[in-house]
Amino acid sequence: MTLDNLASNLSAIMPINIVIAWACVLLLVNFVIPKERKGLTALLAALGLVVAMGFAIAQTGSETVAFSGMVIVDGFAIFLTLLFLGSGLVGIALAYDYLKEMGIDRGEYYVLLMFSISGMMLMALAADLIVVFLALELLSIPLYVLAGFARPRQESEEAAIKYFLLGAFSSGFVVYGVALVFGATGSTGLAEIVKALNAGSTDLALLGIGAALILIGLGFKVAAVPFHMWTPDVYQGAPSAVTAFMAVGAKAGGFAALMRIFVSALPALAVDFTPVLWGIAALTMFLGNIVAIAQGNIKRMLAYSSIAHAGYILMALVPFGQGDVAGDAVAAALFYLLAYAFTNFAAWAVVIAMEKTEGRGLALSDYAGMGRKYPALAAIMTVAMLSFTGVPPTLGFVGKLYLFRSVIEGGFYGLALIGVLTSLISAYYYLRVVVVMYMQEGEPVARRDPWLYLTAAAAGVGTVALSIFSVPLFTWASQAVLKLF
Amino acid sequence: MNFFLHPLTLVTFFPLVGILVLLFLNSEQKNVIRWTALIASLITFGISVAVLAQFNSADPDLQMEINIPWIQVGGWNIAYQMGVDGLSILLVLLTTFLTPISILSTWTAVEERVKEFMIFFLLLEVGMVGVFLAQDLFLFYIFWEFTLVPMYFLIGIWGGPRRMYAAVKFFLYTMAGSILMLLAILWLGIAQGTFSVPELIAQGGIPANYQFWLFLAFAAAFAIKVPMWPLHSWLPDAHVEAPTAGSVILAGVLLKMGTYGFLRFNLALFPEAATRLAPWIALLAVIGILYGAAVSYAQQDVKKLVAFSSVSHLGFVMLGLFALNPQGIQGGILQMVNHGLSTGALFLIVGMIYERRHTRDMDAFGGLWKVMPIYAALTLIVTLSSMGLPGLNGFVGEFTILLGAFGSQAIGSAWYAGLAAVGVILAAVYMLYMFQKMFLGPLDKDENRKLFDLNWREIVTLVPLLVFIFWIGLYPAPFFNLMAPSVDKLVAALQSAAMVGLP
Repeated sequence: MTLDNLASNLSAIMPINIVIAWACVLLLVNFVIPKERKGLTALLAALGLVVAMGFAIAQTGSETVAFSGMVIVDGFAIFLTLLFLGSGLVGIALAYDYLKEMGIDRGEYYVLLMFSISGMMLMALAADLIVVFLALELLSIPLYVLAGFARPRQESEEAAIKYFLLGAFSSGFVVYGVALVFGATGSTGLAEIVKALNAGSTDLALLGIGAALILIGLGFKVAAVPFHMWTPDVYQGAPSAVTAFMAVGAKAGGFAALMRIFVSALPALAVDFTPVLWGIAALTMFLGNIVAIAQGNIKRMLAYSSIAHAGYILMALVPFGQGDVAGDAVAAALFYLLAYAFTNFAAWAVVIAMEKTEGRGLALSDYAGMGRKYPALAAIMTVAMLSFTGVPPTLGFVGKLYLFRSVIEGGFYGLALIGVLTSLISAYYYLRVVVVMYMQEGEPVARRDPWLYLTAAAAGVGTVALSIFSVPLFTWASQAVLKLF
Repeated sequence: MNFFLHPLTLVTFFPLVGILVLLFLNSEQKNVIRWTALIASLITFGISVAVLAQFNSADPDLQMEINIPWIQVGGWNIAYQMGVDGLSILLVLLTTFLTPISILSTWTAVEERVKEFMIFFLLLEVGMVGVFLAQDLFLFYIFWEFTLVPMYFLIGIWGGPRRMYAAVKFFLYTMAGSILMLLAILWLGIAQGTFSVPELIAQGGIPANYQFWLFLAFAAAFAIKVPMWPLHSWLPDAHVEAPTAGSVILAGVLLKMGTYGFLRFNLALFPEAATRLAPWIALLAVIGILYGAAVSYAQQDVKKLVAFSSVSHLGFVMLGLFALNPQGIQGGILQMVNHGLSTGALFLIVGMIYERRHTRDMDAFGGLWKVMPIYAALTLIVTLSSMGLPGLNGFVGEFTILLGAFGSQAIGSAWYAGLAAVGVILAAVYMLYMFQKMFLGPLDKDENRKLFDLNWREIVTLVPLLVFIFWIGLYPAPFFNLMAPSVDKLVAALQSAAMVGLP
């Protein structure tokens, strides 16, 4: 590799370079920032993400293959890169005051966050299974630490250990899967895998097993049933700001890899995998939504809700073997991830505003009387709940619509029916939050924090306003083409 | 014409202006808030009258159409398409007419969280008017689902003791129906390439076997809303627990969204399926008429009685619509308006006595005529209107419907109309029974002796309704004239489809 070559390769992944370099520098700078002024670290981290965002936006419209086909910067990758960076910004805004309040105000939070984001970004542009694995570890390991950030709180430590053990286990599945795929096709590069498949010299059974193992490993990351067991405990135990970020970032990261691998490299396996994905999606929607009904803790409820939403997004993967439908479906999934991010951040911002130290203030009953005492927060939470349910005019509704359309186009009417039926089930527990907030009396106490309120307001207003003007967003998502090999 | 100044945009979204003003008012200034909401709804009514003035009743087609591309991306073809014709004009007017009346009725009844109440009420008006004007399936669905949210809050926050249960039940029931409709809408939009109702009708050609399923999916949403027997069980809960103004709007307008949906979508889009299924719908309608009447008779709670009477009255509307002939459909539309007026008035009347006595048990009253003569006289007129006395509005609607149902080829048997006519008699029984128990007889309860008669505000609330009760009863021609050309057009389309459907 010549020097010229290296420079052009590095410039292709400039946003990642910036985030990683900045995080390393920040780690050192953080030492000289006094304990009571960690806000500066937060500010610097945010600045780094914004700069990276600028570079990512500058890449829009281009399509570059770099590092001998190991990474690919296409519309799909850029869309997700921006989503990850945006989530990171929200993660910082949500955490800034929260960490102080909870007495865990350490600058490492922001550094770890940035490392995790770099992993997610790498995931979005991985065109080689080895890079997928690398990205998976890079995004996960900081998250394990972040989940335990409220040390020495027991729940937080438990969450970290649980997440770590199951995460490591799932990484094992991915590695094994990669090895089998390599055995079947002689390569880990997605382009070469497609070539080998076209040449017809592949052991399809071996490839299928490998792909199934990868699906299991990534299924852990996106919290699909039956690989969802860790979700409620980790979501509940981790500091809420971390959970909010994780719920969007880690899920989107997992889906990035799933879509990249299955849609662009393995449509040949559609005959076997479409029914499997159908079943996983249906199960995930059912289980997530039904178990959520029984939850009295808002963080656990949102955890099951996030499982359910993984099921909705999985619907978009079901038609992955049908060329043109798959394109639409990927766009729909990207849009839904965006809609989910907005809605999720609105909900979690309210949860963070209501949370007290020692894990109090998280029971559903603690929200009683919010409608009267904090009309703005209650309204934002209501918007989030309606959007999760899929009631117009919210982003969640538009997102589901796009998803259902691609499923119907693919001819999976049964799955669409399950999708709407489970939405109906979900209305029950989402509405319960609204019932408690508006129709029961209580004396809730919320924290006042301008950054938190700003985030909540932006996410809440965005959830409604962007649903009415969803065209530019969806156009963006449908132009975020996944390059096929 | 430009989006913001188009009359249909204005009539739909003007209440938002009122909401915007309300947001800046101090929630302690309750009277300022009430007046603001009232004025906003009155201006909306004014705009709807202006729409009526521009309306050409000889034209069967959509008028004042506005069609602005909205979501045109990735194969979607969704537009902000609104229009009004003879099928919807009266319902739009009914909505904008009942809203200020309902707001007036809350003057002393709603003391808690007045600001939020008015905001939700005006939001509800936006949704309802939008439902009647939208000509794009997608836009329609958004308005349709959107009406759920404010009504849910109105019941849940300002309702009676079981309000939370009733609110959630209302939401879940209605949503259950509408998500099936959503799937059907998506299928139509994908398969036919457009969500525009006029375009879908013009294209025609939805295969008969698909029509059947699509008809059922749409019908699921509408039948729950109407509600048709046996899907009515949310209605008594919602009606009884809702605050008075909520019940008025619920009965007066929200139920009509169901019958209107049948009329606008099921009949127009799936004519062959409609023709085939007409006898079944008519059967359910007749069961609803008789069942609603019988259950009404068994009630002790006046509000429940009125609620169940809605099941019966809406059965008439459905019978009329699925007679699939001009008389039946015209009678059905008129009866939608009539029911909005009479039942709206009945709920107001129940609300007035409840505000005074805090009970709705019929046994707690008796002899009220002696202490509240104005109230009694107005109630008598409304009662007679609701049971269909000739000379008042209810008679005109029910008679036209029965006429249509008797001669209907689609229903195929005069028995349905015959049984429905029994429902008219039953209505007289339960309505007069209620009137007798409450107003006649000796004034034997002490609490009732001190009741004061209606004040000027309450009279002003009821009188506009009574004006129309008499007007439609004595001279219904202008109302029929508004809808006749559009109905004839619809019937012609239905008949040609039925001819195609014959082997």
